[in-house]
Amino acid sequence: MFDDSTSRRKLVSVSGLKMYFPIRGGLLRRHSGDVKAVDDVSFDIFEGETLGVVGESGCGKSTCGRAVLRLYDLTAGTVLVDGIDISTMGQGALRKIRPVMQMVFQDPQACLNPRMSLADIIGEPLVEHTRLSKADRLARIYELMDAVGLNRDFANRYPHEFSGGQRQRIGIARALALNPKFIVCDEPIAALDVSIQAQVVNLLEDLQKEFGLTYLFISHDLSMVRHIADRVAVMYLGKIVELAAREGLYRDPKHPYTQALLSAVPEPDPVAHDTANRTILKGDVPSPSNPPTGCNFCTRCPQAMEICRQLDPEFREVEPGRFVACHLFNENETAG
Amino acid sequence: MLTFTIRRLLMAIPTLLFISLIIFLILDLAPSDPTANLPLTIPPDVRADIRASLGLDEPIHIRFALWLQQFFVNEPLNLFEHWTGWNFGGEDRTRVISWQTRSPVVDIIAQRMPQTLWVVGTAYIVGILIALPIGIYSAYRQYSIFDQAGTFITMVGFSIPPFFSGVLVIVIFAVQLQWFPSVYDTTHVVIGWDSFVIQIKQMILPVMVLALQITSQISRFMRASMLDNLTQDYVRTARAKGLKESTVVLVHVLRNSMIPVITVIALGVPQVFGGAIITEQVFKVNGLGHLLIGAIQSGDLPTVQTLTFIFAVLIVLFNLIADVLYGILDPRIRYD
Repeated sequence: MFDDSTSRRKLVSVSGLKMYFPIRGGLLRRHSGDVKAVDDVSFDIFEGETLGVVGESGCGKSTCGRAVLRLYDLTAGTVLVDGIDISTMGQGALRKIRPVMQMVFQDPQACLNPRMSLADIIGEPLVEHTRLSKADRLARIYELMDAVGLNRDFANRYPHEFSGGQRQRIGIARALALNPKFIVCDEPIAALDVSIQAQVVNLLEDLQKEFGLTYLFISHDLSMVRHIADRVAVMYLGKIVELAAREGLYRDPKHPYTQALLSAVPEPDPVAHDTANRTILKGDVPSPSNPPTGCNFCTRCPQAMEICRQLDPEFREVEPGRFVACHLFNENETAG
Repeated sequence: MLTFTIRRLLMAIPTLLFISLIIFLILDLAPSDPTANLPLTIPPDVRADIRASLGLDEPIHIRFALWLQQFFVNEPLNLFEHWTGWNFGGEDRTRVISWQTRSPVVDIIAQRMPQTLWVVGTAYIVGILIALPIGIYSAYRQYSIFDQAGTFITMVGFSIPPFFSGVLVIVIFAVQLQWFPSVYDTTHVVIGWDSFVIQIKQMILPVMVLALQITSQISRFMRASMLDNLTQDYVRTARAKGLKESTVVLVHVLRNSMIPVITVIALGVPQVFGGAIITEQVFKVNGLGHLLIGAIQSGDLPTVQTLTFIFAVLIVLFNLIADVLYGILDPRIRYD
């Protein structure tokens, strides 16, 4: 499945993406360091696929998603969306490209303006980027509400009158308004009830089929990513440690962190649950403002070697379409 | 909303009656004597007769009941007769009479009100008009030089009392530069352009002193409220929609930030009617604050009681107005 993807068109291409947030301290608020939220990340997303990004809280998943859409000013790196380099573009020029790339946010309550009615929220991008007449605009709003399964009678209601799942549908309808090609879904289901999560994920899948969308799906829910993603990137402390097709990654995780992460997934079968051989990581994630020298994972890695504490492993292709950043595989390669 | 307003108005009646009782008791407990300003040669028995003629020998509950009747029955009836020309046959109705001037308190208030509204009201409007842009811009460029300078000036405005800043501007602009008069002439009548210019000139100094304080207070509120909203998720959503930065800030953020600020502005309006006691004193503006201070000094209890009670009514009323405005501005708040 993955092998032929090289022939497919790259819709999004990210290379060397760095997003540092300055730490200012002291009396004069001097620049005293950086939080390296995203530190040298590279990946491609092919047209029509879903790239899942997983990792624990604070590993830089959301920042990465926002940086790809240029909701931040990047520290370094290039981002190509639909063949256009948006990494250094000014916000004015960027505005014209925004219709192509949209985002579904994590917290469906906070991300909707509480003083705007549903029709205003969904319709605002249309006012800004199209020249539709009022009637056409309303027709388009109704069309979008139908697409995400919202009752048309709700058009004049305000966000606080909806449930979490409905609000997330509003957020999705809003993102769809301008026929985007690429949508970043930033933990769209994290704030939802489990019974609603499936509905929203299925909706996202249906919309992908219907409109040929490309997703960057950020989540910490490994099972959900397994369900929706074609390829999965695993992030740890601002870096991608492993990037592979879904099946390969879940069947045979290479990076020690991926192994630990996958072994933490709850097992529904009680017998298997009790006998499961789990890799339990010790210690905490180091601070992204002061990452360890060498490999970022070396402080917690069960298989850490001497070299891991000195050299940062290269993010390299160990099998076709399979990227791992770990010295274990560099050695294997040189040995084999 | 209507039932809420009516319910609140009904609830205000016992509140205000209670407030009037408290004011009456406090004034009665205060060791003030309306005859204290009379020449010391007046013998004590004559002083006692004077007090008796003012009704001070009656027990307190009789005096309170009489004031209630005068203020809540006689005065409104009088006003009604005056407006409609009808006669309810009450020529001997006693009005609330000032002990200082022997003229009805309500008439004095009606004479003094325009000066206060002109000077303090103008200062309030000027202060708000200056404060809002300052607050918005300092929040948008937090920690910029503009913000730091604004913070410094508002701190100065907060902390310098008007009896200092008032005298300071008189020394600078009236004595040294001789641009504006130091005293506000309440007998000045505007009949043409020249007299209008004189009116503006004599208003500038008191308005400047008052506006400094009002600007300081409201711009801090505006800034804090903007900062609250600028970091909200819906602002990121608005940017992701590809809206113009001015739309994001002035429509999305500002509209939400105005809710608490408008409440603060509405709650400040009774102070406009209450006059600025110190500033009116410094510039000899013959307004309500001036009247109140004079009445307190000469132990003129009916004037103090009536003025204080009118302020209490305004405060209760504008609290209600602020609540109603909140309901109109914020769709999440519903009173019914």
